Amino acid sequence: MKSLAELRAIRERMEKQIDLREAGEDRIRVVVGMATCGIAAGARPVLNAFLEEVNKRDLKNVTVSQTGCIGVCRLEPIVEVYVPGQEKVTYVKMTPDKVASIVSEHLVNGRVVEEYTIGAAE
Amino acid sequence: MKEIALYTLDIAQNSITAQAKHLEITLAEEEGRITLTIADDGKGMEPELLARVSDPFTTTRTTRSMGLGLPLLRLAAEQAGGCFAIQSTAGVGTTVEASFQADHIDCPPVGDMAGSITLLLQGAPELELTYVHRAGEAEIGLDTRQLREELGDGISLAEPEVILWVRDYLQEQEALLRENKGMKA
Repeated sequence: MKSLAELRAIRERMEKQIDLREAGEDRIRVVVGMATCGIAAGARPVLNAFLEEVNKRDLKNVTVSQTGCIGVCRLEPIVEVYVPGQEKVTYVKMTPDKVASIVSEHLVNGRVVEEYTIGAAE
Repeated sequence: MKEIALYTLDIAQNSITAQAKHLEITLAEEEGRITLTIADDGKGMEPELLARVSDPFTTTRTTRSMGLGLPLLRLAAEQAGGCFAIQSTAGVGTTVEASFQADHIDCPPVGDMAGSITLLLQGAPELELTYVHRAGEAEIGLDTRQLREELGDGISLAEPEVILWVRDYLQEQEALLRENKGMKA
């Protein structure tokens, strides 16, 4: 059974890492729409999957965050990826099983997964 | 929405938008009823807005004149033999309460409360949140003050490693509560 004291161990480990998520301009941002429309369409497991993948691969230059309604509710769950210096990429009708390939292809290798983008859906 | 946990996540986002610093989420399962209470100390509402707020054509959003969170919850509760109430005072905060009749055929399952509570914190890591889930005599919960005591000030609750730990912790607690009551998820 887990106890809150385990958080202290996480803290000690994180404080040792000097490269702890530096807040810089060169960070990749993953933004998940978490308004009523997104939540109803299944955004919660998608956001969870991003957190798990980013943690598993220890991607220190990636921030996963949440936003409200992006405005195309029928295509929810929607995820926007901002890579510094590049145009925003919008992924639509997201599911947890699409997350791993977006993380490995787009966030790590810099190749947009075209088939999941809003351009391919419309 | 398929779960009471998803309504919880949705309605609690309103509190964050209303600049709440403290949030109390209580889910009580007793005597055949499931009651969800979300109380915040956000900016609250004037009586005029409060009166219109469970109408789907009301929103504080400026992009489109519709908001569906509260009307959906109200509908879900009333369809499941329950009721819906909202109290708010401008400058003080807002409390939303929805109850469901647990054995009603249209009562949604409680669902993944651990997932909803942790993602709420991931989106608003500065929030002081107390969460209590009661089932009869048994009770589990989470208090962000206790988490921060262990973590210190330097580490955000939104760190993936931290928030995933909190989720696993809460999932374990929820499972214990269900075992205790012989309840279904």
